[in-house]
Amino acid sequence: MTNKYSALELAEKIKGGEMSVLDAAEMYVPLAKENKHNAFLAVADISARVEDVQKRIDSGETLSPLAGVPIAVKDNISTVGIETSCSSKMLKGYTPVYNATVIDRLEQAGMIVIGKLNMDEFAMGGSSETGNAGAVKNPWDITRVAGGSSGGSAAAVAGGEIPLALGSDTGGSIRQPCAFCGVTGIKPTYGAVSRYGLIAYASSLDQIGIIGRDIEDCAALFEIISGYDEKDSTSAPFEFTCTNETKTPLKIGIPRNYFETGIDEDVKQSVLAAAREFEAAGAIIEDFTMPLTEYMVPAYYIIACAEASSNLSRYDGLKFGYRCENADSLAEVYRMSRSEGFGLEVKRRIMLGSFVLSSGYYDAYYKKALQTRALIKKAYNTLFKRYDMILSPVAPTAAYKIGENIDEPMKMYMGDIYTVSVNLAGLPAVALPCGFNTEGLPLGFQLIGDSFSENKLINAAMLYQNRGC
Amino acid sequence: MEINQELISYLENLSCLTLSEEETLKLTDDLGKIINSMAKLSELDTSAQQENEFAPDNAAINPGNTFREDIILPSFPREGILKNSFANDGAMFIAPKTVE
Repeated sequence: MTNKYSALELAEKIKGGEMSVLDAAEMYVPLAKENKHNAFLAVADISARVEDVQKRIDSGETLSPLAGVPIAVKDNISTVGIETSCSSKMLKGYTPVYNATVIDRLEQAGMIVIGKLNMDEFAMGGSSETGNAGAVKNPWDITRVAGGSSGGSAAAVAGGEIPLALGSDTGGSIRQPCAFCGVTGIKPTYGAVSRYGLIAYASSLDQIGIIGRDIEDCAALFEIISGYDEKDSTSAPFEFTCTNETKTPLKIGIPRNYFETGIDEDVKQSVLAAAREFEAAGAIIEDFTMPLTEYMVPAYYIIACAEASSNLSRYDGLKFGYRCENADSLAEVYRMSRSEGFGLEVKRRIMLGSFVLSSGYYDAYYKKALQTRALIKKAYNTLFKRYDMILSPVAPTAAYKIGENIDEPMKMYMGDIYTVSVNLAGLPAVALPCGFNTEGLPLGFQLIGDSFSENKLINAAMLYQNRGC
Repeated sequence: MEINQELISYLENLSCLTLSEEETLKLTDDLGKIINSMAKLSELDTSAQQENEFAPDNAAINPGNTFREDIILPSFPREGILKNSFANDGAMFIAPKTVE
Protein backbone atom coordinates (compact mmCIF):
# COMPACT_ATOMS: atom_id res chain seq x y z
CA MET A 1 0.00 0.00 0.00
CA THR A 2 2.56 2.59 1.06
CA ASN A 3 5.95 3.42 -0.38
CA LYS A 4 8.71 0.88 0.25
CA TYR A 5 11.18 3.66 1.01
CA SER A 6 10.62 7.12 2.37
CA ALA A 7 11.71 9.93 0.05
CA LEU A 8 14.72 10.64 2.29
CA GLU A 9 15.71 6.95 2.27
CA LEU A 10 15.44 6.92 -1.51
CA ALA A 11 17.62 10.03 -1.74
CA GLU A 12 20.21 8.43 0.54
CA LYS A 13 20.35 5.34 -1.70
CA ILE A 14 20.81 7.55 -4.77
CA LYS A 15 23.47 9.63 -3.05
CA GLY A 16 25.30 6.50 -1.90
CA GLY A 17 25.27 5.01 -5.40
CA GLU A 18 23.12 2.06 -4.29
CA MET A 19 20.45 3.19 -6.73
CA SER A 20 20.57 5.45 -9.79
CA VAL A 21 18.19 8.31 -10.50
CA LEU A 22 16.83 6.17 -13.34
CA ASP A 23 16.27 3.20 -10.98
CA ALA A 24 14.27 5.45 -8.69
CA ALA A 25 12.22 6.84 -11.56
CA GLU A 26 11.58 3.36 -12.91
CA MET A 27 10.12 2.33 -9.55
CA TYR A 28 7.35 4.89 -9.98
CA VAL A 29 6.75 5.73 -13.66
CA PRO A 30 5.15 2.34 -14.46
CA LEU A 31 2.82 2.76 -11.46
CA ALA A 32 1.88 6.26 -12.63
CA LYS A 33 1.15 4.89 -16.09
CA GLU A 34 -0.88 2.00 -14.69
CA ASN A 35 -2.86 4.64 -12.75
CA LYS A 36 -4.75 2.20 -10.56
CA HIS A 37 -6.47 4.91 -8.54
CA ASN A 38 -7.02 7.43 -11.33
CA ALA A 39 -4.63 9.70 -9.43
CA PHE A 40 -2.52 10.69 -12.44
CA LEU A 41 -3.65 12.90 -15.31
CA ALA A 42 -0.34 13.04 -17.17
CA VAL A 43 3.02 11.30 -17.03
CA ALA A 44 5.98 13.38 -18.17
CA ASP A 45 8.84 12.40 -20.45
CA ILE A 46 11.68 12.54 -17.95
CA SER A 47 14.58 10.84 -19.74
CA ALA A 48 16.65 13.99 -20.35
CA ARG A 49 15.94 15.28 -16.88
CA VAL A 50 16.97 11.99 -15.23
CA GLU A 51 20.24 12.01 -17.18
CA ASP A 52 20.97 15.61 -16.23
CA VAL A 53 20.33 15.08 -12.51
CA GLN A 54 22.40 11.89 -12.49
CA LYS A 55 25.30 13.77 -14.12
CA ARG A 56 25.07 16.53 -11.53
CA ILE A 57 25.03 14.03 -8.64
CA ASP A 58 27.95 12.09 -10.16
CA SER A 59 29.95 15.29 -10.53
CA GLY A 60 29.63 15.84 -6.78
CA GLU A 61 27.24 18.77 -7.00
CA THR A 62 25.27 19.24 -3.79
CA LEU A 63 21.66 19.57 -4.87
CA SER A 64 19.41 18.88 -1.89
CA PRO A 65 18.56 16.10 0.58
CA LEU A 66 15.91 14.96 -1.92
CA ALA A 67 18.05 14.97 -5.09
CA GLY A 68 16.98 12.35 -7.60
CA VAL A 69 13.67 11.64 -5.85
CA PRO A 70 10.57 11.45 -8.08
CA ILE A 71 7.65 13.73 -7.25
CA ALA A 72 4.25 14.45 -8.82
CA VAL A 73 2.28 17.67 -8.59
CA LYS A 74 -1.37 18.65 -8.53
CA ASP A 75 -2.67 19.66 -11.92
CA ASN A 76 -3.27 23.29 -10.93
CA ILE A 77 0.49 23.91 -10.68
CA SER A 78 1.94 25.22 -13.95
CA THR A 79 4.57 23.05 -15.64
CA VAL A 80 6.32 23.96 -18.89
CA GLY A 81 5.72 21.31 -21.51
CA ILE A 82 3.27 19.26 -19.42
CA GLU A 83 -0.45 19.82 -19.83
CA THR A 84 -1.92 21.70 -16.87
CA SER A 85 -5.68 21.28 -17.01
CA CYS A 86 -6.96 21.74 -13.44
CA SER A 87 -9.01 18.62 -14.28
CA SER A 88 -11.26 20.85 -16.39
CA LYS A 89 -12.52 20.65 -19.95
CA MET A 90 -11.86 24.39 -19.93
CA LEU A 91 -8.08 23.86 -19.81
CA LYS A 92 -7.84 20.57 -21.73
CA GLY A 93 -4.69 20.78 -23.84
CA TYR A 94 -3.35 23.91 -22.14
CA THR A 95 0.43 23.80 -21.83
CA PRO A 96 1.98 26.61 -19.79
CA VAL A 97 4.91 28.62 -21.13
CA TYR A 98 6.28 29.13 -17.64
CA ASN A 99 6.85 27.02 -14.55
CA ALA A 100 5.36 27.74 -11.17
CA THR A 101 8.11 28.91 -8.81
CA VAL A 102 7.75 25.67 -6.82
CA ILE A 103 8.54 23.66 -9.97
CA ASP A 104 11.70 25.69 -10.57
CA ARG A 105 12.68 25.04 -6.95
CA LEU A 106 12.08 21.29 -7.31
CA GLU A 107 14.25 21.29 -10.40
CA GLN A 108 17.04 23.25 -8.70
CA ALA A 109 16.87 20.69 -5.88
CA GLY A 110 17.37 17.85 -8.36
CA MET A 111 13.92 16.33 -7.94
CA ILE A 112 12.21 14.62 -10.88
CA VAL A 113 8.66 15.75 -11.68
CA ILE A 114 7.15 12.61 -13.17
CA GLY A 115 3.57 13.70 -13.65
CA LYS A 116 0.44 15.68 -12.86
CA LEU A 117 -2.20 14.65 -10.39
CA ASN A 118 -5.96 14.50 -10.52
CA MET A 119 -8.08 16.89 -8.46
CA ASP A 120 -11.50 18.49 -8.21
CA GLU A 121 -12.12 20.83 -11.14
CA PHE A 122 -10.25 24.09 -10.42
CA ALA A 123 -9.74 22.76 -6.85
CA MET A 124 -13.44 23.27 -6.12
CA GLY A 125 -14.57 20.30 -4.12
CA GLY A 126 -13.78 18.01 -1.23
CA SER A 127 -13.87 14.61 -2.89
CA SER A 128 -11.89 14.75 -6.17
CA GLU A 129 -15.01 13.73 -8.04
CA THR A 130 -15.78 16.97 -9.90
CA GLY A 131 -12.88 16.83 -12.38
CA ASN A 132 -13.42 15.85 -16.00
CA ALA A 133 -11.14 12.81 -15.64
CA GLY A 134 -13.48 11.16 -13.15
CA ALA A 135 -13.15 10.34 -9.47
CA VAL A 136 -9.88 9.52 -7.75
CA LYS A 137 -10.16 6.20 -5.93
CA ASN A 138 -9.07 5.83 -2.33
CA PRO A 139 -6.29 3.19 -2.19
CA TRP A 140 -7.69 1.84 1.11
CA ASP A 141 -11.07 1.13 -0.50
CA ILE A 142 -11.45 1.88 -4.18
CA THR A 143 -15.22 2.37 -3.85
CA ARG A 144 -14.54 5.45 -1.71
CA VAL A 145 -13.35 8.97 -2.44
CA ALA A 146 -9.76 10.04 -1.80
CA GLY A 147 -10.90 13.43 -0.45
CA GLY A 148 -10.26 16.69 -2.17
CA SER A 149 -9.42 18.74 -3.78
CA SER A 150 -5.85 17.32 -3.72
CA GLY A 151 -7.22 13.77 -3.87
CA GLY A 152 -4.84 12.65 -6.62
CA SER A 153 -1.85 13.79 -4.55
CA ALA A 154 -2.98 11.93 -1.42
CA ALA A 155 -4.07 8.77 -3.26
CA ALA A 156 -0.81 8.58 -5.23
CA VAL A 157 1.26 8.79 -2.03
CA ALA A 158 -1.02 6.40 -0.09
CA GLY A 159 -1.04 3.95 -3.00
CA GLY A 160 2.77 3.92 -3.17
CA GLU A 161 2.71 5.45 -6.67
CA ILE A 162 4.92 8.38 -5.69
CA PRO A 163 6.99 9.13 -2.59
CA LEU A 164 6.04 12.82 -2.38
CA ALA A 165 3.47 15.13 -3.95
CA LEU A 166 2.52 18.76 -4.06
CA GLY A 167 -1.07 19.82 -3.54
CA SER A 168 -2.87 23.04 -2.73
CA ASP A 169 -5.08 23.93 0.22
CA THR A 170 -7.75 26.64 -0.06
CA GLY A 171 -10.12 25.36 2.63
CA GLY A 172 -8.66 22.00 3.66
CA SER A 173 -7.71 20.55 0.28
CA ILE A 174 -4.42 19.08 1.50
CA ARG A 175 -5.42 18.13 5.03
CA GLN A 176 -8.74 16.39 4.32
CA PRO A 177 -7.39 14.05 1.58
CA CYS A 178 -4.46 13.27 3.88
CA ALA A 179 -6.92 12.20 6.57
CA PHE A 180 -9.01 10.17 4.09
CA CYS A 181 -5.94 8.40 2.67
CA GLY A 182 -3.83 7.99 5.83
CA VAL A 183 -0.88 10.15 4.77
CA THR A 184 0.88 13.25 6.13
CA GLY A 185 0.56 16.81 4.88
CA ILE A 186 1.67 20.37 5.48
CA LYS A 187 -0.56 23.35 4.76
CA PRO A 188 1.93 26.21 5.10
CA THR A 189 1.29 29.72 6.39
CA TYR A 190 -0.18 31.96 3.70
CA GLY A 191 2.82 33.52 1.98
CA ALA A 192 5.36 30.89 3.09
CA VAL A 193 5.36 29.16 -0.32
CA SER A 194 5.11 31.12 -3.57
CA ARG A 195 1.77 30.93 -5.37
CA TYR A 196 3.32 32.09 -8.65
CA GLY A 197 2.12 29.64 -11.28
CA LEU A 198 -0.61 28.16 -9.09
CA ILE A 199 -3.81 28.49 -11.12
CA ALA A 200 -5.99 30.65 -8.91
CA TYR A 201 -9.20 29.58 -7.23
CA ALA A 202 -9.40 31.98 -4.25
CA SER A 203 -6.21 34.00 -4.08
CA SER A 204 -6.38 35.16 -0.45
CA LEU A 205 -6.85 31.54 0.69
CA ASP A 206 -4.92 29.37 -1.80
CA GLN A 207 -1.66 27.87 -0.58
CA ILE A 208 0.61 25.25 -2.16
CA GLY A 209 1.62 22.52 0.28
CA ILE A 210 2.99 19.02 0.65
CA ILE A 211 1.72 15.46 0.93
CA GLY A 212 4.09 12.64 1.90
CA ARG A 213 4.50 9.37 3.71
CA ASP A 214 5.75 10.94 6.93
CA ILE A 215 6.58 14.31 8.45
CA GLU A 216 10.36 14.00 7.88
CA ASP A 217 9.81 13.75 4.12
CA CYS A 218 7.33 16.63 4.18
CA ALA A 219 9.71 18.83 6.22
CA ALA A 220 12.57 18.14 3.79
CA LEU A 221 10.38 19.18 0.86
CA PHE A 222 9.08 22.24 2.72
CA GLU A 223 12.69 23.43 3.07
CA ILE A 224 12.97 23.26 -0.71
CA ILE A 225 9.74 24.97 -1.78
CA SER A 226 9.32 27.64 0.91
CA GLY A 227 10.86 31.09 0.83
CA TYR A 228 10.38 34.53 -0.59
CA ASP A 229 9.57 34.93 -4.27
CA GLU A 230 9.51 38.34 -5.89
CA LYS A 231 7.03 37.04 -8.48
CA ASP A 232 4.34 36.64 -5.80
CA SER A 233 3.42 39.95 -4.15
CA THR A 234 1.97 38.10 -1.13
CA SER A 235 5.13 36.04 -0.63
CA ALA A 236 6.69 36.40 2.82
CA PRO A 237 10.38 36.86 3.65
CA PHE A 238 10.41 33.47 5.36
CA GLU A 239 13.24 30.96 5.03
CA PHE A 240 12.42 27.63 6.61
CA THR A 241 15.05 25.34 8.07
CA CYS A 242 13.92 22.38 10.10
CA THR A 243 15.63 22.54 13.47
CA ASN A 244 15.20 20.58 16.64
CA GLU A 245 12.81 22.55 18.82
CA THR A 246 12.05 20.95 22.15
CA LYS A 247 10.02 23.41 24.15
CA THR A 248 8.73 21.62 27.21
CA PRO A 249 6.08 21.29 28.16
CA LEU A 250 4.23 21.83 24.90
CA LYS A 251 0.84 23.41 25.55
CA ILE A 252 -1.86 22.09 23.25
CA GLY A 253 -5.45 23.35 23.12
CA ILE A 254 -8.33 21.05 22.15
CA PRO A 255 -11.52 22.72 20.86
CA ARG A 256 -14.06 20.73 22.88
CA ASN A 257 -17.04 21.94 20.82
CA TYR A 258 -15.55 20.26 17.72
CA PHE A 259 -16.26 16.93 19.42
CA GLU A 260 -19.81 17.56 20.60
CA THR A 261 -22.02 17.08 17.54
CA GLY A 262 -21.75 16.05 13.91
CA ILE A 263 -18.59 13.99 14.29
CA ASP A 264 -18.30 10.22 13.88
CA GLU A 265 -17.52 8.41 17.11
CA ASP A 266 -14.51 6.66 15.52
CA VAL A 267 -13.01 9.99 14.43
CA LYS A 268 -13.64 11.53 17.83
CA GLN A 269 -12.02 8.66 19.72
CA SER A 270 -8.97 8.43 17.48
CA VAL A 271 -8.30 12.18 17.59
CA LEU A 272 -8.68 12.26 21.37
CA ALA A 273 -6.34 9.25 21.57
CA ALA A 274 -3.77 11.26 19.61
CA ALA A 275 -4.14 14.06 22.18
CA ARG A 276 -3.50 11.53 24.96
CA GLU A 277 -0.31 10.42 23.16
CA PHE A 278 0.95 14.00 23.36
CA GLU A 279 0.00 14.13 27.03
CA ALA A 280 1.92 10.91 27.65
CA ALA A 281 4.91 12.53 25.94
CA GLY A 282 4.79 15.41 28.42
CA ALA A 283 2.51 17.94 26.72
CA ILE A 284 -0.09 19.90 28.67
CA ILE A 285 -3.51 19.32 27.12
CA GLU A 286 -6.28 21.79 27.85
CA ASP A 287 -9.67 22.05 26.25
CA PHE A 288 -11.46 25.24 25.27
CA THR A 289 -14.49 26.35 23.28
CA MET A 290 -13.60 27.45 19.77
CA PRO A 291 -15.50 30.67 19.13
CA LEU A 292 -17.37 31.56 15.92
CA THR A 293 -17.54 27.93 14.75
CA GLU A 294 -20.97 28.24 13.12
CA TYR A 295 -19.82 31.24 11.07
CA MET A 296 -16.67 29.70 9.63
CA VAL A 297 -18.17 27.73 6.73
CA PRO A 298 -20.52 30.55 5.58
CA ALA A 299 -17.69 33.14 5.73
CA TYR A 300 -15.35 30.81 3.86
CA TYR A 301 -17.74 30.01 1.03
CA ILE A 302 -18.71 33.66 0.57
CA ILE A 303 -15.08 34.78 0.29
CA ALA A 304 -13.87 31.78 -1.73
CA CYS A 305 -16.74 32.01 -4.23
CA ALA A 306 -16.38 35.79 -4.56
CA GLU A 307 -12.70 35.40 -5.40
CA ALA A 308 -13.42 32.46 -7.70
CA SER A 309 -15.99 34.41 -9.69
CA SER A 310 -13.38 37.11 -10.25
CA ASN A 311 -10.42 34.80 -10.91
CA LEU A 312 -12.30 32.59 -13.37
CA SER A 313 -13.48 35.54 -15.45
CA ARG A 314 -10.17 35.16 -17.34
CA TYR A 315 -11.53 32.08 -19.15
CA ASP A 316 -13.00 33.73 -22.22
CA GLY A 317 -12.31 31.19 -24.99
CA LEU A 318 -9.89 33.53 -26.76
CA LYS A 319 -6.38 33.49 -25.33
CA PHE A 320 -6.29 29.95 -23.97
CA GLY A 321 -8.65 27.25 -22.87
CA TYR A 322 -11.79 25.76 -24.35
CA ARG A 323 -13.52 27.61 -27.19
CA CYS A 324 -17.03 26.86 -28.39
CA GLU A 325 -16.82 26.41 -32.15
CA ASN A 326 -20.41 27.42 -32.91
CA ALA A 327 -20.29 30.93 -31.51
CA ASP A 328 -20.85 33.73 -34.02
CA SER A 329 -20.20 36.87 -32.00
CA LEU A 330 -17.61 37.80 -29.38
CA ALA A 331 -20.28 37.82 -26.67
CA GLU A 332 -21.32 34.33 -27.72
CA VAL A 333 -17.70 33.11 -27.68
CA TYR A 334 -17.37 34.25 -24.08
CA ARG A 335 -20.67 32.91 -22.88
CA MET A 336 -20.84 29.63 -24.77
CA SER A 337 -17.20 28.71 -24.16
CA ARG A 338 -17.65 29.22 -20.43
CA SER A 339 -20.99 27.38 -20.35
CA GLU A 340 -19.57 24.37 -22.18
CA GLY A 341 -16.09 24.45 -20.61
CA PHE A 342 -16.95 24.60 -16.89
CA GLY A 343 -18.51 21.79 -14.87
CA LEU A 344 -21.50 22.18 -12.57
CA GLU A 345 -19.62 22.76 -9.29
CA VAL A 346 -17.51 25.50 -10.87
CA LYS A 347 -20.63 27.17 -12.28
CA ARG A 348 -22.31 26.92 -8.88
CA ARG A 349 -19.39 28.69 -7.18
CA ILE A 350 -19.03 31.37 -9.87
CA MET A 351 -22.74 32.16 -9.58
CA LEU A 352 -22.57 32.24 -5.78
CA GLY A 353 -19.62 34.61 -6.04
CA SER A 354 -21.49 36.82 -8.49
CA PHE A 355 -24.40 36.88 -6.04
CA VAL A 356 -22.43 37.87 -2.94
CA LEU A 357 -20.61 40.60 -4.86
CA SER A 358 -23.71 41.96 -6.60
CA SER A 359 -25.38 45.27 -5.90
CA GLY A 360 -27.79 45.00 -3.01
CA TYR A 361 -26.15 41.91 -1.48
CA TYR A 362 -22.47 42.95 -1.20
CA ASP A 363 -22.76 44.45 2.31
CA ALA A 364 -24.90 41.68 3.75
CA TYR A 365 -22.73 38.88 2.43
CA TYR A 366 -19.23 39.78 1.18
CA LYS A 367 -18.48 42.67 3.53
CA LYS A 368 -19.97 40.75 6.44
CA ALA A 369 -17.81 37.72 5.59
CA LEU A 370 -14.66 39.88 5.54
CA GLN A 371 -15.55 41.26 8.95
CA THR A 372 -16.19 37.74 10.23
CA ARG A 373 -12.84 36.67 8.84
CA ALA A 374 -11.11 39.39 10.83
CA LEU A 375 -12.92 38.24 13.99
CA ILE A 376 -11.79 34.65 13.37
CA LYS A 377 -8.18 35.80 12.96
CA LYS A 378 -8.42 37.78 16.22
CA ALA A 379 -9.85 34.73 17.99
CA TYR A 380 -6.86 32.66 16.84
CA ASN A 381 -4.45 35.41 17.94
CA THR A 382 -5.95 35.19 21.44
CA LEU A 383 -5.74 31.39 21.44
CA PHE A 384 -2.06 31.39 20.46
CA LYS A 385 -1.28 33.51 23.51
CA ARG A 386 -2.48 30.52 25.55
CA TYR A 387 -1.42 27.56 23.45
CA ASP A 388 1.55 26.54 21.33
CA MET A 389 -0.83 24.79 18.97
CA ILE A 390 -4.36 23.50 18.57
CA LEU A 391 -5.14 19.84 17.97
CA SER A 392 -8.38 19.14 16.12
CA PRO A 393 -10.09 16.70 13.78
CA VAL A 394 -9.65 17.28 10.05
CA ALA A 395 -12.99 15.94 8.86
CA PRO A 396 -16.08 14.76 10.73
CA THR A 397 -16.07 11.38 8.96
CA ALA A 398 -13.77 8.93 7.24
CA ALA A 399 -13.79 8.67 3.42
CA TYR A 400 -17.31 8.20 2.07
CA LYS A 401 -18.49 6.28 -0.99
CA ILE A 402 -17.84 7.70 -4.46
CA GLY A 403 -21.06 9.43 -5.56
CA GLU A 404 -22.55 9.42 -2.05
CA ASN A 405 -22.52 13.20 -1.52
CA ILE A 406 -21.98 14.59 -4.99
CA ASP A 407 -25.57 15.86 -5.33
CA GLU A 408 -25.61 17.41 -1.89
CA PRO A 409 -23.34 20.47 -1.98
CA MET A 410 -24.42 21.72 1.46
CA LYS A 411 -23.43 18.42 3.05
CA MET A 412 -20.08 18.57 1.24
CA TYR A 413 -19.48 22.16 2.34
CA MET A 414 -20.26 21.34 5.98
CA GLY A 415 -17.57 18.65 5.81
CA ASP A 416 -15.06 21.53 5.76
CA ILE A 417 -16.08 22.72 9.23
CA TYR A 418 -12.73 21.94 10.91
CA THR A 419 -10.42 23.12 8.15
CA VAL A 420 -11.63 26.40 6.60
CA SER A 421 -10.83 28.71 9.53
CA VAL A 422 -7.13 27.88 9.10
CA ASN A 423 -7.22 29.34 5.58
CA LEU A 424 -9.37 32.30 6.62
CA ALA A 425 -6.72 33.16 9.23
CA GLY A 426 -3.76 32.31 6.94
CA LEU A 427 -2.33 29.83 9.47
CA PRO A 428 -0.13 26.75 9.04
CA ALA A 429 -1.29 23.24 9.91
CA VAL A 430 -0.01 19.71 9.62
CA ALA A 431 -2.29 16.74 9.01
CA LEU A 432 -1.29 13.40 10.48
CA PRO A 433 -2.81 9.92 10.33
CA CYS A 434 -4.08 8.57 13.66
CA GLY A 435 -5.40 5.08 13.08
CA PHE A 436 -8.41 3.49 11.43
CA ASN A 437 -12.14 3.28 11.94
CA THR A 438 -14.07 0.05 12.39
CA GLU A 439 -14.30 -0.34 8.60
CA GLY A 440 -10.52 -0.17 8.24
CA LEU A 441 -10.50 3.34 6.78
CA PRO A 442 -7.74 5.75 7.80
CA LEU A 443 -8.45 8.71 10.10
CA GLY A 444 -6.47 11.87 10.69
CA PHE A 445 -6.04 14.91 12.89
CA GLN A 446 -4.42 18.30 12.45
CA LEU A 447 -2.12 20.51 14.48
CA ILE A 448 -2.75 24.21 13.85
CA GLY A 449 -0.13 26.80 14.75
CA ASP A 450 0.38 30.54 14.71
CA SER A 451 1.66 32.13 11.48
CA PHE A 452 5.13 30.91 10.49
CA SER A 453 5.30 28.37 13.33
CA GLU A 454 5.84 25.47 10.92
CA ASN A 455 9.01 24.39 12.71
CA LYS A 456 7.12 24.01 15.98
CA LEU A 457 4.33 22.04 14.25
CA ILE A 458 6.80 19.81 12.43
CA ASN A 459 8.68 19.07 15.66
CA ALA A 460 5.41 18.15 17.39
CA ALA A 461 4.43 15.98 14.41
CA MET A 462 7.82 14.20 14.60
CA LEU A 463 7.28 13.65 18.32
CA TYR A 464 3.94 12.00 17.52
CA GLN A 465 5.03 9.95 14.51
CA ASN A 466 8.21 8.72 16.16
CA ARG A 467 6.58 7.79 19.48
CA GLY A 468 7.63 4.37 20.64
CA CYS A 469 10.63 4.38 18.28
CA MET B 1 -34.55 34.13 0.56
CA GLU B 2 -36.35 32.85 -2.52
CA ILE B 3 -34.25 32.10 -5.57
CA ASN B 4 -36.45 32.66 -8.60
CA GLN B 5 -35.88 32.50 -12.34
CA GLU B 6 -35.32 36.26 -12.50
CA LEU B 7 -32.42 36.09 -10.02
CA ILE B 8 -30.94 33.06 -11.77
CA SER B 9 -31.00 34.91 -15.11
CA TYR B 10 -29.41 37.95 -13.48
CA LEU B 11 -26.62 35.77 -12.02
CA GLU B 12 -26.12 34.00 -15.37
CA ASN B 13 -25.55 37.40 -16.96
CA LEU B 14 -23.15 38.52 -14.25
CA SER B 15 -21.28 35.22 -14.52
CA CYS B 16 -21.28 35.15 -18.34
CA LEU B 17 -22.88 31.70 -18.32
CA THR B 18 -25.93 30.09 -19.85
CA LEU B 19 -27.31 27.19 -17.87
CA SER B 20 -29.12 24.24 -19.39
CA GLU B 21 -32.64 23.53 -18.18
CA GLU B 22 -31.37 20.74 -15.97
CA GLU B 23 -28.60 22.91 -14.49
CA THR B 24 -31.11 25.72 -13.84
CA LEU B 25 -33.37 23.39 -11.87
CA LYS B 26 -30.46 21.98 -9.86
CA LEU B 27 -28.77 25.30 -9.16
CA THR B 28 -32.02 27.08 -8.24
CA ASP B 29 -32.50 24.54 -5.48
CA ASP B 30 -28.84 24.46 -4.42
CA LEU B 31 -28.30 28.21 -4.44
CA GLY B 32 -31.41 28.69 -2.31
CA LYS B 33 -30.09 26.34 0.36
CA ILE B 34 -26.54 27.68 0.25
CA ILE B 35 -27.46 31.38 0.29
CA ASN B 36 -29.88 30.82 3.17
CA SER B 37 -27.12 29.09 5.13
CA MET B 38 -24.75 31.97 4.38
CA ALA B 39 -27.32 34.37 5.83
CA LYS B 40 -26.32 32.93 9.22
CA LEU B 41 -23.67 35.66 9.30
CA SER B 42 -26.38 38.29 9.82
CA GLU B 43 -26.74 37.00 13.42
CA LEU B 44 -23.17 38.02 14.21
CA ASP B 45 -22.46 41.49 15.55
CA THR B 46 -19.59 42.82 13.47
CA SER B 47 -20.37 46.51 13.96
CA ALA B 48 -17.02 47.17 15.62
CA GLN B 49 -15.13 45.34 12.92
CA GLN B 50 -13.66 46.95 9.84
CA GLU B 51 -13.75 44.65 6.82
CA ASN B 52 -10.55 46.17 5.49
CA GLU B 53 -8.70 44.91 8.56
CA PHE B 54 -8.35 41.80 6.49
CA ALA B 55 -7.29 43.25 3.21
CA PRO B 56 -4.42 41.32 1.58
CA ASP B 57 -1.92 43.95 2.65
CA ASN B 58 -2.86 43.63 6.30
CA ALA B 59 -0.10 42.37 8.54
CA ALA B 60 -2.64 40.22 10.36
CA ILE B 61 -2.47 37.68 7.56
CA ASN B 62 0.84 38.36 5.85
CA PRO B 63 3.62 40.86 5.92
CA GLY B 64 1.93 42.85 3.20
CA ASN B 65 2.03 43.26 -0.51
CA THR B 66 5.60 43.61 -1.58
CA PHE B 67 6.55 45.22 -4.83
CA ARG B 68 9.58 44.37 -6.92
CA GLU B 69 11.64 46.88 -8.82
CA ASP B 70 10.10 47.98 -12.11
CA ILE B 71 12.69 46.32 -14.30
CA ILE B 72 12.04 45.20 -17.87
CA LEU B 73 12.56 41.47 -18.22
CA PRO B 74 12.25 39.26 -21.31
CA SER B 75 8.65 38.36 -22.17
CA PHE B 76 7.40 34.83 -22.60
CA PRO B 77 7.77 33.47 -26.14
CA ARG B 78 4.88 34.70 -28.28
CA GLU B 79 4.76 31.45 -30.23
CA GLY B 80 4.25 29.39 -27.08
CA ILE B 81 1.53 31.68 -25.81
CA LEU B 82 -0.34 31.69 -29.12
CA LYS B 83 -0.15 27.89 -29.30
CA ASN B 84 -2.68 27.72 -26.48
CA SER B 85 -5.25 29.82 -28.35
CA PHE B 86 -8.10 28.48 -30.48
CA ALA B 87 -7.29 30.82 -33.37
CA ASN B 88 -4.35 33.08 -34.15
CA ASP B 89 -2.53 34.51 -37.14
CA GLY B 90 0.95 33.88 -35.79
CA ALA B 91 1.12 37.30 -34.19
CA MET B 92 -2.25 37.91 -32.56
CA PHE B 93 -5.31 36.07 -31.24
CA ILE B 94 -8.22 35.99 -33.62
CA ALA B 95 -11.64 36.92 -32.22
CA PRO B 96 -14.99 37.36 -33.95
CA LYS B 97 -15.65 40.83 -35.33
CA THR B 98 -16.94 43.13 -32.60
CA VAL B 99 -17.93 46.24 -34.59
CA GLU B 100 -20.39 45.97 -37.48
